[in-house]
Amino acid sequence: MVCITGCKKAHNITFILEPFKYKDTTIMTIETLNARRLLCPLPVIRTQDKVKQLNVGDRLEVICTDPGVMQDIPAWCRINGHKVIEATAGNHEYILLIEVGSS
Amino acid sequence: MSKQRKAIALISGGLDSMLAAKTIMEQGVHVEGINFFTGFCVEGHTHAIREKDKAKPKRNNSLWVAEQLGMKLHIVDVIEEYKNVLINPKHGYGAHMNPCLDCKIFMVNKAKQWIVENDFDFIITGEVIGQRPMSQRKATMPIVAKESGADDLLLRPLCAKNLPATLPEREGWVDREKLHDITGRSRKPQIAMAEQFGFDDYSQPAGGCCFLTDKSYSAKLVDLWKSQGHKEYQLDDVMLLKVGRHIRPQPNFKLIVAREEGEGRFLQGYKNEFISMISLSHRGPLALIDGTPSAEDLYLAAQITARFGQGREAEQVDINVTMIDGSERTLQVKPIKDEDMPKAWYV
Ligand code: SF4
Repeated sequence: MVCITGCKKAHNITFILEPFKYKDTTIMTIETLNARRLLCPLPVIRTQDKVKQLNVGDRLEVICTDPGVMQDIPAWCRINGHKVIEATAGNHEYILLIEVGSS
Repeated sequence: MSKQRKAIALISGGLDSMLAAKTIMEQGVHVEGINFFTGFCVEGHTHAIREKDKAKPKRNNSLWVAEQLGMKLHIVDVIEEYKNVLINPKHGYGAHMNPCLDCKIFMVNKAKQWIVENDFDFIITGEVIGQRPMSQRKATMPIVAKESGADDLLLRPLCAKNLPATLPEREGWVDREKLHDITGRSRKPQIAMAEQFGFDDYSQPAGGCCFLTDKSYSAKLVDLWKSQGHKEYQLDDVMLLKVGRHIRPQPNFKLIVAREEGEGRFLQGYKNEFISMISLSHRGPLALIDGTPSAEDLYLAAQITARFGQGREAEQVDINVTMIDGSERTLQVKPIKDEDMPKAWYV
């Protein structure tokens, strides 16, 4: 297969350049929310308000500095039918990747 | 088949609102929770800031309650609108700066707006007659219902039997017989109900879930208003009142001195908005200076900052001063002695 990046060499890797499709119909968007310096429950409120503007399957990355979000945002997601895909902590920052559910 | 009715429950994170919501859910009503964030809610804040609280669980009790009950929770930011409640409470303040009656009226009114917008039928609160001296008396119950505009759409399941029947009871959306008649300050009936429902580990904070009922916090708020000559405030102002030692040596400035590392890190975030000080020669806390200090005031502030570091007994401490524009200088000061710091300076 000829490389689609234009180098004209043969590779056995396929590059997928199409946008990722969720359930074959919706194009997924990934948004980022800066919730640094906000203390709980404000990061949860900002997440809640942002999620309202997104569609099912969209993803939201929330960047926070209050460690309480590691407990509160997953709890909020469980209650409201969203999914935490990834939660990472380091260097006094806490990042959660949320997938919007159908609630 | 009759239509399933929908109610919104005001959820504070405490036991009473949890029991009130559960009582109505048990009757087959669809219940969702609503929680208002005023900026003064205790939830999480100090835990998030203070290092020494890190070991404690940081759960948000309203979210916890909603999860236990299996209901949705809407958290609403009312910081801006709440200012008017706190600044001009028609019914006055409680023991401290808590405008409880106006606050209840405000929240029930917000809930009323919410049910109209979201096509819900009625509102539930966890109020109990006689539970709180200011906002939960038999005489105040109709005031909340009337002034909030909720009127008889406001149901208090824990003490409903002691009050006139509301619309949900009269219409048979809920069975009044299965509601309760709790009165007074004893917590026994609530604890028994919690046991019956199998709830444990619920939150019963001694000082409530609001900083405005806290004596020392209220004193700091009054000091803030007095120093600025008006009652307006920003969220950052009220957040900072939760952190550090507040020392006001003069009416025109005060120091906010971090008490430990977590607070120091939190105050760091405000370095662009305040003059800040920290000892260079000895280990010591970060201090923010709020107000309009003169050069002499800054010298005094540096002496106070030095007093809270490891150089407190030293002859000389080097204090770095960073101005709001980022310019820096070093002041060499002798730490102030304890006896030269009157108790009245501590806000
Ligand atoms: S304690 Fe605080 S939140 Fe509760 S009613 Fe009083 S002022 Fe409002």
